Amino acid sequence: MTSTIVAQNIRRTSLARRHPAILMGSLGVLALVLSFYGLSVGATEVSLGDVLRALVGDTSTQASQIVIDFQLPRVLLCWLVGTALAVSGAVMQGVIRNPLAAPDIIGVTKGSGFAGMLLLLAIPGLPVVAVVPAAFVGGLVAAGIVYLCAYRGGASPIRIALVGIAVSAAFEAGIRFLLVRNPLDVSAALIWLTGSLFGRSMTSVLEILPWVLVLVPLIIVWARKLDVLGLGDDLAAGLGEPVERTRRMLLFFAVVLAASAVAVSGTIGFVGLIAPHMARRVFGGKHFASIPAAALFGVLLMLIADMLGRGLAPPLEIPAGLVTAVVGGPYFLYLLVKTGK
Amino acid sequence: MRLQAQGVQLAYDRTVIANDLTLTIPDGKVSVLIGPNGSGKSTALRALARLLPPAKGSVILDGKSIQDTPTKEVARLLAILPQVLVTPESISVEDLVWFGRHPHRTSLKVPSAADKEAVEWALSVTSTAELRHQHVDQLSGGQRQRVWIALCLAQGTDLILLDEPTTYLDVAYQLEVLDLLHQLNQEQGKTVVMVLHDFNMAAEYADHVFVMKSGALVTEGAPEDVFTYDIIREVFGVDAKVIPHPVSGKPMCIPLRAGLRNRANLAVATG
Repeated sequence: MTSTIVAQNIRRTSLARRHPAILMGSLGVLALVLSFYGLSVGATEVSLGDVLRALVGDTSTQASQIVIDFQLPRVLLCWLVGTALAVSGAVMQGVIRNPLAAPDIIGVTKGSGFAGMLLLLAIPGLPVVAVVPAAFVGGLVAAGIVYLCAYRGGASPIRIALVGIAVSAAFEAGIRFLLVRNPLDVSAALIWLTGSLFGRSMTSVLEILPWVLVLVPLIIVWARKLDVLGLGDDLAAGLGEPVERTRRMLLFFAVVLAASAVAVSGTIGFVGLIAPHMARRVFGGKHFASIPAAALFGVLLMLIADMLGRGLAPPLEIPAGLVTAVVGGPYFLYLLVKTGK
Repeated sequence: MRLQAQGVQLAYDRTVIANDLTLTIPDGKVSVLIGPNGSGKSTALRALARLLPPAKGSVILDGKSIQDTPTKEVARLLAILPQVLVTPESISVEDLVWFGRHPHRTSLKVPSAADKEAVEWALSVTSTAELRHQHVDQLSGGQRQRVWIALCLAQGTDLILLDEPTTYLDVAYQLEVLDLLHQLNQEQGKTVVMVLHDFNMAAEYADHVFVMKSGALVTEGAPEDVFTYDIIREVFGVDAKVIPHPVSGKPMCIPLRAGLRNRANLAVATG
């Protein structure tokens, strides 16, 4: 009797949980293949041969020059933005202990959006890259407001979530106010707000790269602390974790990652919400496995969204943020139906 | 005495729960905090475990103020099992018990032989070793509670605090859990401190009982001394006949419904 139950449970533990490295590696390879293909997709015809030539350093042809100047930054940004959003979402879902938590919830996205819009509309004709610092600071400020308002001798997860929703709504109202007040100048701002990787250069890559390079490994090192926080505040404290300090640090890392992503790519929705979900479903709840996995899923989502946006109706570009929303919404509903039993 | 609350005032925000409360936990014994709802027994336990900083006074652990001791160090001396437990999604028994080693590990270090030994010991002493690969959410109430206790044991502390470890459990599971705690006290010399609701369970298992009401300690002592007609009437507001347990000889409190109160000679019966 007992042995059959055990056997069932072992069978239920999927291949991915027992050999996470194999599946993780496959996901990585898939992302690399997609990236390679993504280098050739776009408004201008570039062959895979041109891509290869460009990658080995031959920039003599016009096509390979396009690959280096326009396609490569986009693909790299897909990796960085996808990783930043997904890891940020995974940390927030872990810390707030709510599977619906995401960078959007804690006010980062809307705060960045508002600050970016404000600058774009205040100085018309400003290049989009100039928005980056403003949006970055805007996101941090919004998250700071949320934390301070939620803090009463400690910031409980539920209060962070509730205050986050309120602060997000306030910034959303601010964004709408700006749109209504400046109906003629909003087109550039709107494209940025939707979230797109159009026209990004290596500058954008360098603006987000350090944050991802430093914070993501740090978060993976802290994965077990995230697991412990998941046991509830009292037991986590009983296990020797300084709950409030750890939570504050992890949230700070997550906020910086999300703000840097929004700053370079605008508000790309759903990646921060869905990628961690996919990772947990496949790799289980341990953050040491689920965070790198979430990053890979985030990269895949971004690559696919950006490629679809470029490839569906060239030369027209559909912003990647729109694609992730169109794909992410139904997936999320499916998730709710599947788990809502 | 290793663990002691000295004249503590306990409060949530500005609501004072307990004032000038002093509790001295006897070493190597099973102690039970008991009292009606809102008597502050869980709050007192949280303060003893460093989960709630006292507004005044201090909790002393091994001669040092517990608030001045780093949380990680406290976690190596004292384990606490809170009342509300969050089971992580689809986690195995063994993985959950491993959390008990958290205070002994640093972020990057691989688990040591001592860690493995402690986990194996915790699994075997709670008879959960054969469940190790099962998911915690598929276990029975009693099995699950044993797994949580295994987590606390893996911490390797001599002091174990538990907040209502038997609430919501069927009576068979209550006995399963309390028998285990009794055995840990007897065979391993663990000091057990727990909050219980049921005075008969408390009388049966406790060496020392703290009776609380409205944030104050009403009385303390062996079950035979504290479970009397007068104290039960004063603290719980019920008339109860107290008789010796026919098998164990411990006091047994039988609450009486309205019609029966006049028929029993209660005050005398307590003697």
